[in-house]
Amino acid sequence: MSQHTLELRKLIAEALPGLDVVLAWTSGFSPMTSTPLFIATDEDLDRLDFGPMHVQNLAAYLPSLKGRKVGIVTRGCDSRTIIELLQENLINRDEITIFGISCTGAINIRKVREAVGGEKLRSVETGKDIVSVTTDEGTHTVPLHNVLMDKCYSCQSQTPLIHDHMVTERTGCHLTGEAPESSLDRLDAMEPAARFAFWEESMDRCIRCYACRNACPLCVCKDSCVAQSRDPHWLDQSDTPREKLMFQAIHALHTAGRCTECGECERACPMGIPVLAMKQALNRRIKHLFDYQAGMDEESTPPLFMFRQQEEHIKERDAR
Amino acid sequence: MSTVRFLKARDIAPWLEELSRDRTVLAPAQHGGTIVFCEFDPARGVELSQLSTTPAKRALLPPCETLFEYETTKTLEPPYKTHVELRPTLPQGKAVVFGARPCDARAMQIFDRVYNGEQVKDPYYTARRNNATIVTLACSEQDDTCFCDRVGGSPVDATGSDVLLTPLKAGYVAEALTPKGEELLQSTSFMKAEGLRQEALNARNRILEHVPERSSFLDMERNLLSLFGDLGFWDKTAEACLSCGACTYLCPTCYCFNITDETRGESGRRIRTWDNCMSSQFTLEGSGHNPRPTKAHRMRNRIGHKFSYYPQLHDKTLACVGCGRCVSNCPVSFDIRNAVACAIQQADAAREHAHD
Repeated sequence: MSQHTLELRKLIAEALPGLDVVLAWTSGFSPMTSTPLFIATDEDLDRLDFGPMHVQNLAAYLPSLKGRKVGIVTRGCDSRTIIELLQENLINRDEITIFGISCTGAINIRKVREAVGGEKLRSVETGKDIVSVTTDEGTHTVPLHNVLMDKCYSCQSQTPLIHDHMVTERTGCHLTGEAPESSLDRLDAMEPAARFAFWEESMDRCIRCYACRNACPLCVCKDSCVAQSRDPHWLDQSDTPREKLMFQAIHALHTAGRCTECGECERACPMGIPVLAMKQALNRRIKHLFDYQAGMDEESTPPLFMFRQQEEHIKERDAR
Repeated sequence: MSTVRFLKARDIAPWLEELSRDRTVLAPAQHGGTIVFCEFDPARGVELSQLSTTPAKRALLPPCETLFEYETTKTLEPPYKTHVELRPTLPQGKAVVFGARPCDARAMQIFDRVYNGEQVKDPYYTARRNNATIVTLACSEQDDTCFCDRVGGSPVDATGSDVLLTPLKAGYVAEALTPKGEELLQSTSFMKAEGLRQEALNARNRILEHVPERSSFLDMERNLLSLFGDLGFWDKTAEACLSCGACTYLCPTCYCFNITDETRGESGRRIRTWDNCMSSQFTLEGSGHNPRPTKAHRMRNRIGHKFSYYPQLHDKTLACVGCGRCVSNCPVSFDIRNAVACAIQQADAAREHAHD
């Protein structure tokens, strides 16, 4: 176990008596998977683990735990979600205790699978800059830089922007060189007709499980989602690409300027549909129009939460 | 004795093209990095290297099907009356499911007891069922998420199949198990191969030798039921669950549905779509009351239904075929094997405590 993890366990053990639960990670059914760990006892704490394979954004559970004393292990990206939730009054700062860790990057297992040509994975070992992948056919070495989650390439801070405790052990920067081509890059390069065909094909395989919505830490309409609402009747229940894409458009619009691009929607999708790209495209507009990035500053107000008579970057009068 | 033929790997696509002329052919294919059970398209080909992400169930229970179409008209006499015209839309035409796995095929018999039983016959389901021929591919090995052997199946189980394919070098030995299967094997795409019957059996036995010895989930229905009132256990079990539908929609045995009237103007259709017991709306009543208000209640239902309620109603057959899709595709890596094993352990401990 890494020094990192040991120190983290020690920090949590000290604070645990004053907390109802601490959110962390442990390995899933194989070391290539991770699952959120809800620590209430010392025995739970013994299962805690942290590394590049531990991927879930635990802040997604915070709104549902409102009213309880909750500790949460937090990387830089996750802290942006916490800040956004605080800005929207969806959680109370005095109820949460943040255990900060510096991140070494999170691995996207789909990219690992692609990097080895779809061969069946047996094990994945991460080194400092490389990932050693054993498949049915043999062992491959893949640069870590090629198989990270998309959010890692636009990482604002490896350490959390807010925290109460911090694991001091620092790990090296995982980002060297240019980011590999993202889904958004590929979509940007397409003509509108090709882009439409891409979404039509992708949405054709969508099973409407709404894992994207339920994994999203900022989808907080809970059980009153338009996806199943009959009144208003914005979506119909037929499983056509049109209806399914409509839901994605609504999700993206509802999170514009709020989404911290944590990528949980895309990671959770069992069908491998790159739904994060829509949110990234809208956030790019938000950045351009309002010079704003979600979850960076607890004191600021998200641009679509307020009204100014004259926006600095929207020249309505000039356009007339 | 049943017919045995040999199908070369390279003859699969031509055979499926031949079948596509007068039937719907469903087969696993690559779809943007995911293997999906979909209508056979020669341009896409078939992908048999790994278990498909989506199961074969859509052949019998499509994600969305029209039950009937309707049109309303206002009558002049007598005034204010609305006349409704209904048009039935029973599924028609034959279908072949190619490349189902033993777990997929076994799951179809789980549907049969519900939709084609003695008391209830669902006309839409039975029409599809009677018109479908299932060609199953025996698995060469189990994935780390597979557990068919723990729920009464096996990687080479032929239950629910019309044809069983056993992989041998450069192709597949095809054995007809039903008259529908016999009919399919008449195609000239197959080679005569009566002598390969024993070789296929040997190959399947070799696969079975690699199935590990491990505890079974059979006969636990009473045991699990005793845990019904222990909501603390289910709370702990379900705490990481996101309440999405990935597990149920990718499950080859989940068969629950929703019915919706989608109306546009004066006409519309009544559709039946997959529903998901992990969603809070699944049991939400018109009054606003919800008998399964938390994800703990819903997880108890999902596990209870598969491992306790269904087997109690249907000759101890579990409503889980151990394909592991719910495990490998869960965004939080929830492991139903672990949950059931813990539940059994907890129930045993509670019973021993009661005897103390």
